[in-house]
Amino acid sequence: MASRALSTVAVGDVVGPVTVRVDRDALVAYADASGDQNPIHQDEAFARSVGLPDVIAHGMWTMGASASVVTDWAGDAGRVVEFGTRFTKPVVVPLAGNELVVQGVVKAVDAETGRVTVDVATTCQGEKVLGRCIAVVRLD
Amino acid sequence: MVVNPDYVGRTYPPDGPHLVDAALIAAFAAAVGSADPVHTDAQAARAAGYADVIAPPTMAVRFSQAADRAYVADPEAGIDFSRVVHGVQRFVHHRPITAGDEVLGTTTVDAVRSAGGHAMVTTRTELTTTTGEALTTSTSTIVVRGGEE
Repeated sequence: MASRALSTVAVGDVVGPVTVRVDRDALVAYADASGDQNPIHQDEAFARSVGLPDVIAHGMWTMGASASVVTDWAGDAGRVVEFGTRFTKPVVVPLAGNELVVQGVVKAVDAETGRVTVDVATTCQGEKVLGRCIAVVRLD
Repeated sequence: MVVNPDYVGRTYPPDGPHLVDAALIAAFAAAVGSADPVHTDAQAARAAGYADVIAPPTMAVRFSQAADRAYVADPEAGIDFSRVVHGVQRFVHHRPITAGDEVLGTTTVDAVRSAGGHAMVTTRTELTTTTGEALTTSTSTIVVRGGEE
């Protein structure tokens, strides 16, 4: 897979939207891969005992799933040089699972450095779950 | 419990080294839904200019959180982990974390602030290889929710 050519990218280009499924098995897999075994991401009874409506996804899973949409668009996962977000709302994961919609817009293209800034909007059931989510990818 | 402001500016000794394993990269990539072959196919990764398979951009958190644990778990720091939520996360990547890297994480406490009964704690973790190559600067703000005393 080759990275996207800088010359083909313009401000206003849209990334996605991509719909991402999440269920409890996915959160267990993420917990194992990330090392974050907080039971609020796996155990419904525990999550409710600390005042949450249900199991919630790791914020870092949501950020990671959003990054995957950007890296698929960039064509090379090693091209992300900056990625940051605020976690504004938890993604609730009932037994039946849930869905995210990830979409990005190219906000800036620096032809000199090859840095492309993408504003990422990630929503769950129509509500934003990440705030000020910005990725910078470097393209040739 | 009150978060101890005296920890601002403190830098912890490096955590690790953690050997980056190709199987772990593949598992992380699958968990975040990245099908890019640079995570799973060493030949594809080399064709893209990397020494071996590379980690997805947010996998750095595995190593940055391992490094900041020494601070977060320090009873004198005053962080009640049962009241912690992740507020902000930012990565600056100097080069992709690559299979075979031996990763060290050095955490500094950048800020402790109070806001509306909560405490906001910002840490910065520099990830490097054991040979001193810069990998990632990870900055994280956690919110320690206030509550009944």
